[in-house]
Amino acid sequence: MIDAGTIQARKWLSPPFFFDKALKWAPWCLLTGMVIFIAALWWALFKSPPDYLQGESVRIMYLHVPSAWMSLFLYVVMAGCAACGLIFRLKIGFYLSAACAPIGAAFTLAALVTGSIWGKPTWGAWWVWDARLTTELILFFLYLGYIGVRSAVDDQNKADRLAAVVALVGLINIPIIHFSVHFWNTLHQGASVFRMDGPSIAISMLIPLLLMTLAYMILSLAACLESTCCEIMRREHGRRWLQSRLDMH
Amino acid sequence: MKARTKRGMYVILCAMILSMAAFFALRAFQNNLLYFYTPTQVLAGEIPAQRSIRVGGMVKSGSLTRSEDGMEIRFVFYDENQTLPVYYRGIVPDLFREGQGAIAQGRINENGIMVAEQILAKHDERYMPPGMEDSKLKNEVAPILRNL
Repeated sequence: MIDAGTIQARKWLSPPFFFDKALKWAPWCLLTGMVIFIAALWWALFKSPPDYLQGESVRIMYLHVPSAWMSLFLYVVMAGCAACGLIFRLKIGFYLSAACAPIGAAFTLAALVTGSIWGKPTWGAWWVWDARLTTELILFFLYLGYIGVRSAVDDQNKADRLAAVVALVGLINIPIIHFSVHFWNTLHQGASVFRMDGPSIAISMLIPLLLMTLAYMILSLAACLESTCCEIMRREHGRRWLQSRLDMH
Repeated sequence: MKARTKRGMYVILCAMILSMAAFFALRAFQNNLLYFYTPTQVLAGEIPAQRSIRVGGMVKSGSLTRSEDGMEIRFVFYDENQTLPVYYRGIVPDLFREGQGAIAQGRINENGIMVAEQILAKHDERYMPPGMEDSKLKNEVAPILRNL
């Protein structure tokens, strides 16, 4: 007994169908993402007010915080897709997972670098080994480890499964990063948006922050779709369905 | 049992074991992961002797004094229970000011004064335009979330 929903889902999860849709949608995502990104950047740099304490340097937040959020979010997506690949023997799960890794690693690096640039004028230090900064650095190494394992093992199917295990083990770091500022004394301040007693950020600053996060999300989706297509082309090389599509272009 | 269900259970079981292992490991490292001690911990003697330590607290309003050349500063750290006087010679970050959090690295001398080698400024989790009241900040976003 297979219901219509399952058939629909199986269709979407088959590499040929996904490949066609992803190639069609990726440019539109990129365009939408860029438009929102430019609007958010303008809002963050010109329209939003300076901070009561930090003054103009608060504007680094609009790049730093969404990057840090995306670094966590993409890791969860990466590990989730890898888990689906493992459990349901789903090839597209592994492909999506592989596509998320470099994007997530880039956001992690962006969060670390912008944080460093922000830290010098505000805290008085480029880098400190407090729990938040250290666990975020570990996240960067986890991404690199995942990418490394994938390319180190010659048998691609084995590499998929091994890397998936690495991704799942590393998942434990995600709640630790989030709660690090809560569990331990850190130089990094506590959460401003996701807190129990409501956000402690003015709405004139929250709007550009959320807008920038939306832009990062859509741009990540565009990159992820493109990157998954690359992975499909690499892995399904020589398949008839792929060859017929490549001949068309 | 289906092979798929078995694999799913296997993944969930491993995840549970791993998270428990991580939980206990983090509990064991609890003290090593602390970036700074509080004045209460310092005065209770919960600090390593003869070693440079980091102490964090709020800079007490009205306690900050500067020498004439502006290079030497003295202030008092406080937390819920205790206070700790600090002496520092050097340049402080922009955000270092009274009523805000800060972290000092240095040693406690025989008079119970902390002689700092480095001062870092902490900033709190509030982001708002200059002149905005704290109560207004709390009532800005929260009602929108409640009405969603």
